[in-house]
Amino acid sequence: MWDYTDKVMDHFLNPRNVGFIEDADGVGEVGSLACGDALTLTFKLDKQGRIADVKFKTFGCASAVASSSALTEIIKGKTLEEAEAITNQDIARELGGLPEQKMHCSVMGQEALAAAIAHYRGKGRPAHEKHGTVVCTCFGVTDEEIIKVVRENDLTTVEQVTNYCKAGGGCGGCHGEIRRIIEAIQGDKAKGQAVVPAAPKKLTNIQKIQLVQQTINEQIRPKLRADGGDMELIDVDGNRVIVAFRGMCAQCKMAEWTMKDVVEAKLREFVSEDLYVEEDRSSQPVTGHVHRGEKA
Amino acid sequence: MNDVIYMDNNATTMVAEEVIAEMTPYLGRLYGNPSSMHSFGGQVGGKIAQARARVAKLLGCLPEEIIFTSCGTESDNAAIRGTLETIPQRRTVLTTRVEHPAVLSTCRQLERHGYAIVEIAVDKQGRLDMDQLADSLTDDVAIVSVMWANNETGTVFPVEQIGAMVRARGIVFHTDAVQAVGKLPMKLSDLPIDMLSLSGHKLHAPKGVGGLYVRKGTRLSPFMLGGHQESGRRAGTENVPGIIAMGKACDLAGANIEDENTRVRQLRDRLEAGILQTCPGSMVNGDTENRLPNTTNISFEYIEGEAILLMLNRFGICASSGSACTSGSLEPSHVLRAMGVPFTAAHGSIRFSLSRYNTEEEVDFVIEKMSPVVNRLRELSPFVTA
Repeated sequence: MWDYTDKVMDHFLNPRNVGFIEDADGVGEVGSLACGDALTLTFKLDKQGRIADVKFKTFGCASAVASSSALTEIIKGKTLEEAEAITNQDIARELGGLPEQKMHCSVMGQEALAAAIAHYRGKGRPAHEKHGTVVCTCFGVTDEEIIKVVRENDLTTVEQVTNYCKAGGGCGGCHGEIRRIIEAIQGDKAKGQAVVPAAPKKLTNIQKIQLVQQTINEQIRPKLRADGGDMELIDVDGNRVIVAFRGMCAQCKMAEWTMKDVVEAKLREFVSEDLYVEEDRSSQPVTGHVHRGEKA
Repeated sequence: MNDVIYMDNNATTMVAEEVIAEMTPYLGRLYGNPSSMHSFGGQVGGKIAQARARVAKLLGCLPEEIIFTSCGTESDNAAIRGTLETIPQRRTVLTTRVEHPAVLSTCRQLERHGYAIVEIAVDKQGRLDMDQLADSLTDDVAIVSVMWANNETGTVFPVEQIGAMVRARGIVFHTDAVQAVGKLPMKLSDLPIDMLSLSGHKLHAPKGVGGLYVRKGTRLSPFMLGGHQESGRRAGTENVPGIIAMGKACDLAGANIEDENTRVRQLRDRLEAGILQTCPGSMVNGDTENRLPNTTNISFEYIEGEAILLMLNRFGICASSGSACTSGSLEPSHVLRAMGVPFTAAHGSIRFSLSRYNTEEEVDFVIEKMSPVVNRLRELSPFVTA
């Protein structure tokens, strides 16, 4: 059962400003039946350009209804410029917080408000067409929407993005794209997070090679480099991963141990348990080295 | 009337008073280990044998065909994995798209280890595509696992017919009967079923105990290794109070199975008819011809399941929903999606699952509360115009 605050339950059980303003100045519609939640927000301005009346209709769970209700209370009496500055965080704060997986409800409120304001400024043109390119096809979320929630909520993981705007919550095919968006915005902050690739279903060969390469780059190379070594991916043939050691590792007697206990273990952990690793000795560069105390 | 009106019995059930009385001494002073050589422990062994006989009687099989486990999920895991290990040359598992996660997640994990998984489709009523099943029974299939009754809709699959088809091809047939045991009469000695999973807490025993029926002569590799308990088929010191409780619960279920199929069925039918009549835009999900006597799954158009449940919760009414929001996932129940229930209805689905402890008064109370809840949420819904 969800851990809703008393404020969420109050707004859910006694929602404020329910309805639809027939001669509204601004109308915002977001969400759909398929998505599981939807919100229609209508407002009317007074002569000073302040929001004199606002009404909502929401299809969704308790936190969706409560977010909508809280939003109407927040924006009543505000100018459009003031209302525009409202973020989903403000809505969540008004409710005393929302469960992490329900944050998308507060985002939906903010989006409906933005849509209603855009509708007003566009003088009645329907304003719910999406901007940007669709990243998550399951829930129809665009890159612009993802960028917005990442920026405004300081998100660093794909899971958070799913909680905030649903992107990535269906088939999972867009997780890589979402990760790239996060990294582009957050830079090192996102990279600092242990990026654990989602448990792979059935990988295509291309996906497998990419994941192997990513794991080598992120999980294995840093370890080897710390010891002055390096490695390269030569080939992936079914479950056989062929690599070549470079630098200090290339002729090290410990290489065989490194191969099984570091390289293979990491690849099995992050890519597939069926993988096994082989060393490609033919591609060894001639600039090998000899450890002290070893015979050449 | 009770403060709590419990109509979520497919999730778990009230532990029967008689069951608590039967198990309590074994939580307290009779704490011995049935494997011990002294009579203080040994006396417990006799109670376990009695429990085994009671379970066997309800299922219509031999006591030695029952293995006690920790839950239905363990039984499902043990049946599927334990069978595959005995037939390593066969690499395909057949199941359905509407199985419980105990089976589906196990199969998806096996898929990652190179097994081919075939999930048989269902139609709009949740009935199994028997042609697809017949066509999929190849020589590579090691095991077929098809649930007896669906936990979400109550739809009952023709396991006798399926078992006959499967066994005719020399393939092992397992059924997850967690929802069926105690609600549907069964005599496994006459049925073409090799393995069957059951769970204690679905039939008024406590949580933490389950069972797996393994027909004599069926090869099964043990899932848990260790001691010689359960004739070496399931190691680990027995959950003595749990096993005794499940034995007693099976005894009671046998005595009450008639009641489940007459009085409880009438209560369910009364509830369903009452709600459909008072709430426009509602419809039943599942196969109403072949259904558990206690279950009804009703969709309410244009409103969302979690919101309905929270409103009902205020009146002490306990039910469950297939909506996305209740699970924490973003998509509605895999069972309703497999049936092709439209999103308009899937998000607003509510399951009521009754037990022999429900009363007509409770049913009428739920009917009375349902339509104001639905109307109230529809007033909020942008998809409903006044």
